[in-house]
Amino acid sequence: MARTTDPLARVSAAPVHGVAFILKKSFISALVALVLFSLMIGIRTEAGPTGQLIYWTRFGDLAMLVVGVFAGSILVELLRGSIKPPAFTSSMPASVSGTFNKLRRFVAPALLVFTFLVPVIFYDQRYILDLGILVLTYVMLGWGLNVVVGLAGLLDLGYVAFYAVGAYSYALLATTFGLSFWVCLPLAGILAAFWGVLLGFPVLRLRGDYLAIVTLAFGEIIRLILLNWQKVTGGPNGITGIPRPSFFGIPLTNTEDGLAAKLGIAFSPTHRVVFLFYLILALALLTNWVTIRLRRLPIGRAWEALREDEVACRALGINTTKTKLTAFATGAMFGGFAGAFFATRQGFISPESFTFQESALVLAIVVLGGMGSQLGVALAAVAMIGGFELFRGFEQFRMLVFGSAMVLLMIWRPRGLIGHRAPTVFLEKPTELSSTMVKEGHG
Amino acid sequence: MNTRATSTDILDVTHLSMRFGGIVAVNDLSFTAKRGDITALIGPNGAGKTTVFNCIAGFYKPTTGMIRLTQNDGREFLLERLLDYRISKVAKVARTFQNIRLFPGMTALENLMVAQHNPLMRASGYSFLGLIGAPGFRRAENRAIELARYWLDRIGLTSRADDAAGSLPYGDQRRLEIVRAMCSEPALLCLDEPAAGLNARESEELNTLLLAIRKDHGTSVLLIEHDMSVVMGISDCIFVLDHGVKIASGTPQQIRNDPKVIAAYLGADEETALKVMEGGK
Repeated sequence: MARTTDPLARVSAAPVHGVAFILKKSFISALVALVLFSLMIGIRTEAGPTGQLIYWTRFGDLAMLVVGVFAGSILVELLRGSIKPPAFTSSMPASVSGTFNKLRRFVAPALLVFTFLVPVIFYDQRYILDLGILVLTYVMLGWGLNVVVGLAGLLDLGYVAFYAVGAYSYALLATTFGLSFWVCLPLAGILAAFWGVLLGFPVLRLRGDYLAIVTLAFGEIIRLILLNWQKVTGGPNGITGIPRPSFFGIPLTNTEDGLAAKLGIAFSPTHRVVFLFYLILALALLTNWVTIRLRRLPIGRAWEALREDEVACRALGINTTKTKLTAFATGAMFGGFAGAFFATRQGFISPESFTFQESALVLAIVVLGGMGSQLGVALAAVAMIGGFELFRGFEQFRMLVFGSAMVLLMIWRPRGLIGHRAPTVFLEKPTELSSTMVKEGHG
Repeated sequence: MNTRATSTDILDVTHLSMRFGGIVAVNDLSFTAKRGDITALIGPNGAGKTTVFNCIAGFYKPTTGMIRLTQNDGREFLLERLLDYRISKVAKVARTFQNIRLFPGMTALENLMVAQHNPLMRASGYSFLGLIGAPGFRRAENRAIELARYWLDRIGLTSRADDAAGSLPYGDQRRLEIVRAMCSEPALLCLDEPAAGLNARESEELNTLLLAIRKDHGTSVLLIEHDMSVVMGISDCIFVLDHGVKIASGTPQQIRNDPKVIAAYLGADEETALKVMEGGK
């Protein structure tokens, strides 16, 4: 990974400590471990056969753990002293980092080509295709949320609401009025954008944590409405029988007028999966294209300026109200598109699919990827969703491994995988800006 | 308002008061800034200078009073009735801040482009034409870049145009903030302590820049400043504030010799101050 001389990293790299310091620190760690584990590990309680409480002690295990923490703590301190500082301070030689920068330019095109080829390479592996569709859905959601969080710096914890609005818009319009997917898609986007503006209005004055709480509540409100408005949304039963997408009017079914019959090839259910794969890829690329274009337009620059300093924006004659609302609406619209796709892919939706966990996951993707970076978000989505699947075998340790991985990543790359910001306009040559300058926004 | 006054005064503040709860920050202040002049607002710390600025720029709504801005073509705006962003957009009043408020993570050039947001927004057809790359927008954007380049040339920062604004030296950041305000093509430029933290040489450069802005662009300047070398060097007219009240006004020469001003600045004890005040009347 290309490592640059990061002043913050250099400061955080602690100098080599003396033996006494390390022992003291390890002792404290061991003490904390003892207090924590004495009840969690040391004493095991269970309900007895007649319902009474029985317990037994496991002091041996407890002692082992505490000693383990003590030893591990010493090890970490030693490693911090000997390995970390050189790794952080001695940046790579200029030639090496230069090559890395050159290589990085090819990462995005290479990824894109690979993504296009996925259905060709893995045509027989339904699992991989399904996983690819899932990853691409989250890439699209991540790119959509990136407009709100990464560019405009507005912390949105209720993004799943727009995903839900899009999904239910399509499901209801399609099942009630029999409209086709291609008519419903823009409608779902428009409806989600409308709700984005609606959410935007009350939260315009809020910043930071307060904004996060209100958006969080908004996400829950939408979910509860979907859950309780039985007549329209079907409540917890959701909506079934959502029409599958057609290839511009030609259904992908095993019938006379199906696509396979028209092309004169044997019908296979994989056709639809491949079609869905390219559909979400196209939608995601549309999101990406629009976001990249918008970023270079005055509105995109105003979003980023808003993230950097709202007061200065107002002093320069930028209508911050409109700017925030357009950011919310744009992000919500892409969420709505993704929602419509989700509905048509699943064929069935219920409020269960739109819990806070989804919002948190998408936000984690954006933060992990490096706020504002399109490539970073895509990589983070692959890592997160792919990682989830990769560790599926570990079952109960999955979340543990994943949590640790995220903590480590945030220690080493606090500004996300790609923490650089590319300028939107340049005179001589575009130089990437170090993340230490770029603000995260405060609401 | 008679016609003579509208043609010469760009800013006319009358009976401006600003109260925060029980604290009177500005009390019945009236002053005018002449078109094409550099007008300075000075006073000891806590005199209410920045409050006046915030009222003019719309960040505060004054408790009472009227702030009338007359543009070069004779159009009048009552600033206390405008929303803060419209004061910059419509009334063409630009301001800088005491503590520099650049967009640190954006390049110097981008900072100047953000300042041209409103004309560019119109040219981009509110993003719709810009999204499809309409040639009209491209031309407008190139013009905006040229304007930015012109201002970067003026402050000698062209070579650092593509560097993050936050990574520039302090003095450069100050000047960049001033030219960023100039990029919004204001009729009145309000500078809140532009020389704060600058050394003598940088203050001298600032004087040259401000005089050039007035000479080449006909922009009127209103500034708050503590650095007397700046104030006395370039101001056409000075108003002195103390405890929210105007205590003196006049040319730099008059202000320099005004005993009330000296008393306010040197912090004379009550008796002497009283004597000076009475003597000055």
